[in-house]
Amino acid sequence: MEKTKGNQKEIIHKILQRIKKYWFFVFLSILFAAVTVILTLYVPILIGDAINKIVTKGAVDFKGLGSIIIKIIVVIILTALFQWIMSICNNKITYHVVRDLRSEAFHKIEILPLSYIDNHSYGDIVSRVIADVDQFADGLLMGFTQLFTGVMTILGTLLFMFSINVTVTIVVVCITPVSLFVAAFIAKKTHVMFKKQSETRGEQTALIDEMIGNQKVVQAYGYEDKAMERFDEINQRLEKYSLQATFFSSLTNPSTRFVNSLVYTGVGIVGAISAVNGRIDVGKLSSLLSYANQYTKPFNEISGVITELQNAFACAERIFELIEEKPQIPETSDAVSLERVRGEISLKNVGFSYVPNRPLIEQLNLEVTQGKRIAIVGPTGCGKTTLINLLMRFYDVNTGSILVDGIDIRKLTRKSLRSGFGMVLQDTWLKAGTIRENICMGKPDATEEEMIAAAKASHAHGFIKRLQNGYDTMISEDGGGLSQGQKQLLCISRVMLCQPPMLILDEATSSIDTRTEVMIQKAFERLMEGRTSFIVAHRLSTIQEADSILVMKDGHIIEQGNHKELLQKKGFYSELYQSQFAR
Amino acid sequence: MKKLLIYLKEYRKESILGPLFKLLEASFELLVPLVMAAVIDTGIKNGDKSYIIRMCLYMIALGIIGLICSITAQYYAAKAAVGFAAKLKHALFSHIQKLSFTKMDQLGTSTLITRMTSDINQVQNGVNLVLRLFLRSPFVVFGAMVMAFSINVKAALIFVVTIPLLSVVVFGVMLGSMPLFKRVQAGLDQVLLATRQNLTGIRVIRAFNKEESEVENFEEKNNTLYKRQMFAGRISALMNPITYVIVNIAITALLYSGALQVDSGILTQGEVWALVNYMSQILVELVKLANLIITVTKALACANRIQQIFEMEPNFVEADSNVSLKDIKGARVEFEHVSLKYQMAGAESLSDISFCAKPGQTIGIIGGTGSGKSSLVNLIPRFYDITKGKILINGKAIEEYSVKELRSKIGIVMQKAVLFSGTIRDNLKFGNLNASEEEMEEALSISQSKEFVDQKEGKLDAIIAQGGKNLSGGQKQRLSIARALVRKPEILILDDSASALDYATDAKLRKAIREMKEQPTVFLVSQRASSILHSDQILVLDDGILVGIGTHEELLENCSVYQEIYYSQQSQKK
Repeated sequence: MEKTKGNQKEIIHKILQRIKKYWFFVFLSILFAAVTVILTLYVPILIGDAINKIVTKGAVDFKGLGSIIIKIIVVIILTALFQWIMSICNNKITYHVVRDLRSEAFHKIEILPLSYIDNHSYGDIVSRVIADVDQFADGLLMGFTQLFTGVMTILGTLLFMFSINVTVTIVVVCITPVSLFVAAFIAKKTHVMFKKQSETRGEQTALIDEMIGNQKVVQAYGYEDKAMERFDEINQRLEKYSLQATFFSSLTNPSTRFVNSLVYTGVGIVGAISAVNGRIDVGKLSSLLSYANQYTKPFNEISGVITELQNAFACAERIFELIEEKPQIPETSDAVSLERVRGEISLKNVGFSYVPNRPLIEQLNLEVTQGKRIAIVGPTGCGKTTLINLLMRFYDVNTGSILVDGIDIRKLTRKSLRSGFGMVLQDTWLKAGTIRENICMGKPDATEEEMIAAAKASHAHGFIKRLQNGYDTMISEDGGGLSQGQKQLLCISRVMLCQPPMLILDEATSSIDTRTEVMIQKAFERLMEGRTSFIVAHRLSTIQEADSILVMKDGHIIEQGNHKELLQKKGFYSELYQSQFAR
Repeated sequence: MKKLLIYLKEYRKESILGPLFKLLEASFELLVPLVMAAVIDTGIKNGDKSYIIRMCLYMIALGIIGLICSITAQYYAAKAAVGFAAKLKHALFSHIQKLSFTKMDQLGTSTLITRMTSDINQVQNGVNLVLRLFLRSPFVVFGAMVMAFSINVKAALIFVVTIPLLSVVVFGVMLGSMPLFKRVQAGLDQVLLATRQNLTGIRVIRAFNKEESEVENFEEKNNTLYKRQMFAGRISALMNPITYVIVNIAITALLYSGALQVDSGILTQGEVWALVNYMSQILVELVKLANLIITVTKALACANRIQQIFEMEPNFVEADSNVSLKDIKGARVEFEHVSLKYQMAGAESLSDISFCAKPGQTIGIIGGTGSGKSSLVNLIPRFYDITKGKILINGKAIEEYSVKELRSKIGIVMQKAVLFSGTIRDNLKFGNLNASEEEMEEALSISQSKEFVDQKEGKLDAIIAQGGKNLSGGQKQRLSIARALVRKPEILILDDSASALDYATDAKLRKAIREMKEQPTVFLVSQRASSILHSDQILVLDDGILVGIGTHEELLENCSVYQEIYYSQQSQKK
């Protein structure tokens, strides 16, 4: 409990830091809130005065009444105006802060180490940036609009009431804490229920995510009934918990309202008796009653705001977690930019593991001279993909070093290292946008001819031409609408256009039919000429022409040589090769 | 929204009683100013303290009754809303289970998931609020007017003018801001897309050094969202000030006309006070209403999104024939001039395909990307319905079988291996709930998964993370093949489902399948000629057309497409 409190303080501090930038609007908002509250409170006094002018038949002071009415109109117009400006200020602060937070989070994502992103589900990170920030915005806005005015209203009404009549005010002050007490009691009791509700809801979402996300498999295996059964079980539990949580939390409002009516009655009794005793007039009593109403209202709101704010803080915490995550190791100030890459790569005693204590790659040594073609083969999980992660510096080696053209890649700028490589991954990824944007991703200033040449070289031109708008066809996120093979052709075109000095191909051709593959192969061969290339593929035909084949197993290179040499060795490679046409 | 309301039907009692008790509470609340007016007019004027105390006790009694009514109302509202959401979820979940693959392709599963979760939650909140408050506010407003009439008709006319004016403002702002909020939501979708995309493509983005332009793109979307939020906020922020002005001007009007009537002795001072009080109550309600409107607007939008899903009918019609597949051993699959055109697609994806697979045969299917291999095998379990021709299983058209029974005889392994969170055992049982230990072991060994499963801690009880994250691609594929085998299918479809396996394992797998005791009819889709080389029949597809059919030797002689594929894979070997 203590810890969470300290934590919350920290979070509030962080939020305030981000609000600080907009201090001017905060200042305006507080100022206008104060003015609005004072004016709003002044109206009942005026109305009370007005009622005092209309005592009884024949005793109405029209002149006095007229001037009061004019006053009232001026005051309400001013109030409305200030209220509006205040809302705009609050909106401005909230949405600015929210925008800044999102932008901060996004910037962070760009410099997070890949290990963080690989270890967290996209859904989780996305929901931090979207849903949590949204919830936070709601809370913050509510806090600004209601907390300020609420507190001000309470203070203001107290002041006004004291100025009218001390006894009555004391009655009010004595009864109100009951309302706070009731609200706090209910909040405490319902906390457990809310927790249960959100846990069960999480469970349900997980099931929905799996069953609907993989609906085709579910249907193919006739699992619908069982899925429904599992769903209903959770659904029923959720219904129970939701009912409890919703009902008990909704008790706050009636209960506090009841306390309010007690306050109102208290004011009524004491006020009326004072009036009988002549210590107060009817107009003043009417103002007091109206204040009693206004005074208690913010208490309800504030209890609501506080739960909302707590929720908002919880969300803020999740956002800050992301924002404060340790970024990838920054580049040293003397980082060298790789220029005129020759493409000599050497790995010296490289050791790496994703999970501490479970070494994956150990003592890996490799020398690749300029323009050589290296094929990497081996069973799944042998470390092929990891090697790519290390070459591109998506991950840093734990021990040893990787050198490009004799320079440790950790001393290079990431930008120059990565633009030295052209990469086609197993998971084809395209962004939502036009085909053109996707191909020209690595070279936005490419000319039309260059782009088409690249597309032709990778045999993508044909199918692109057949699309509705050719190169300007919009594709949705992750290339929806295109076949896997077409997506891969686009990814290849993307690299083809950049003409990078080094290449990394990770099973890039695994879902392109062999006919197309042969054509691509030819194109690649042209591209690979004079360029250092790493190819990871299961297909032996892809590998046979490599200058050197690395056979990896369990993070080690167990065999190395060209196709012929390896076959003669009759080792693991030849076993792999022979099995290709075995029955 | 309307159509969704049928799920509220079961809670008719609750959804009537809830608002009713709320109205009772509101009525008691409306009585309070009257009692107070009596205190002012009679109690204070006559200096009758005992009368004042008696009246105040009445007020407390009103408060207590109000509290009870209100709690009852809250309970019924909560029960109806929560129950409604549960029913709705159940219905939606079961509806989605019946959607055809065509619809799912159109929609995409991620939006189905959001609709199932966050949209329904929004609707639940909306229903709860509506039951609790939405009726209350108009009731209080009109109640206040009625009470005003009971006091004085002339003064009450001011209410008659004010209330429509207020309604115009409230609904005007509401209608005006609704599309704005929709735009905000759309803006948020864009920000979400940008974020998601950045995560899924992080390797490519970093490889191409596109971090900066991604940030720029994000900032632009983020800014658009900000602007839309500000604009929508500015409009909806108008509501409170405007209503405030209207109500208070009405109050001054009341004061003035009240003054006239008091002067001529028609009204009393206390009654004027009560009239003013009723007007203020209206204001309080309107402020509450304004806060509600955003929630309700959102709920309505969400309800529409859910409604859309319900409106999608499952594509195929279930046959109610008595043709049963239950005891069939061995399946003969015949295609007669089958064509398939996907909805929305321009051209046919498969045209005029005819062949016959005899029980126990292995049919290899090969062809280029987009040649229709997957489409062809997807027709057998009726994932998509054919547009022309006939598919027969053991002589009967597949439409004559019940879809469920048909699929129960088929084990299909898709291109993308999907596993579920749970144990390995759970995943195997996914295919066949009644699978015995031996059957599972057998399936594991045929699918070449036994070795790595045995290495796992807990073996069959080893935990698989969501989406099979803790397994390699090849392991996932092998387990999903095991899952299909556990069903002891009569038809086994492997849709390029060994692509992540190395050649040695792939060969062992095929060998094991061939040696199965009860040999199913196997459809083997592959990119590798080597994988289908030994099939009893090989179908060669090119752009949706069956360009060759026969054994490996036959095709090598007479099918140019096959020759090209085969030699392209062989050439570099020799």
